[in-house]
Amino acid sequence: MIRSEVLKMMLPVLRDHLVVCNIGLPSQEMHMLEDRPGNFYMLGTMGLASSIGLGLALAQKAPVVAIDGDGSVLMNLGTFSTIANNQAPNFVLLVIDNGSYGSTGDQTTYAGRKTSLTAVAQACGCENVVECTAEETPQVVADAIKAQQMTVVISKCESGNVKVPVIPLDPVVIKDRFMKQVAALNA
Amino acid sequence: MGIDDRILADLVKHRIEFVTTVPCKQLAGVIEGIDTTPSILHVPSNKEDEGMGLCAGAWMGGKRPAIIMQNTAIGVTINALATLTQFYRMPLPMLISYRGEVGEPVACQVEMAVHTKALLAQLCIPTYHFHRQSDVEELDGILGHCFMASKPVAVLMDATFWKGELQ
Repeated sequence: MIRSEVLKMMLPVLRDHLVVCNIGLPSQEMHMLEDRPGNFYMLGTMGLASSIGLGLALAQKAPVVAIDGDGSVLMNLGTFSTIANNQAPNFVLLVIDNGSYGSTGDQTTYAGRKTSLTAVAQACGCENVVECTAEETPQVVADAIKAQQMTVVISKCESGNVKVPVIPLDPVVIKDRFMKQVAALNA
Repeated sequence: MGIDDRILADLVKHRIEFVTTVPCKQLAGVIEGIDTTPSILHVPSNKEDEGMGLCAGAWMGGKRPAIIMQNTAIGVTINALATLTQFYRMPLPMLISYRGEVGEPVACQVEMAVHTKALLAQLCIPTYHFHRQSDVEELDGILGHCFMASKPVAVLMDATFWKGELQ
């Protein structure tokens, strides 16, 4: 199962929540599958999905799911320490770990070789780290949101992409409608 | 009131409730003050671009953010500033310890100091240089300006500025 299939299965779990979508294909796939104001699409800034998600979770009460990738999280590994040391019970970091840089031609990442992101997250002090298969991911994420426990989910899936169009939305529009959704969920 | 307390009071006055930091010796007093201010959540960053991600999230979550860092950070945050803070039009006060100016004991700090203003100018970031202690009186206006304009704004605070207490 590849990332786009995982994201498709995730839609019912994510629909009511704030979702920070990683740069490139993850954002484009989420936009194509089901565009909605509660999705924050990153159009640039590789590596910061988990940081944006954590900041958002710490600033307000609604559940936040940040969808990151193994290549992106490797670019900002310190994020696991920041997550571990700043408790946000409404935060779930979902790392789609397909062992490759999907948006740039499926080059292998170090997570696809020797590096275990699960072990890294645990070593950084994250208390709830769940490594699961692609098929198990929707249930694991749903359980994490329900438990109101900050959780890092490492979803092991296959490398591969589907054709998706770029996101035509203006970044300020993405931000503005997202912030209105944040306000509505906190009203 | 000392400089640290003045800076802190302005942050509180402008309802800044989320501050991320990568430390500098010159900023130690301010950072200590932030830790003991109940209205401010302090989330230290490992690297300054990570901090800008945290601040973007906090802003969208309804909290006014600020980042405290050294000027060397300009070298590692250009992408985050251009493609996140500026592209999505978000406010971000950056309180920056301006290392490498007159009074600097570490030669290497000068190497980034000479690029700092040029890089900020290239990014079209409004930049203010605090040199005399009385310059701290401008911070109130600068913070208001930052949130009015929804832009990142840089306040460079050099060694001469940090030297002593306000009279």
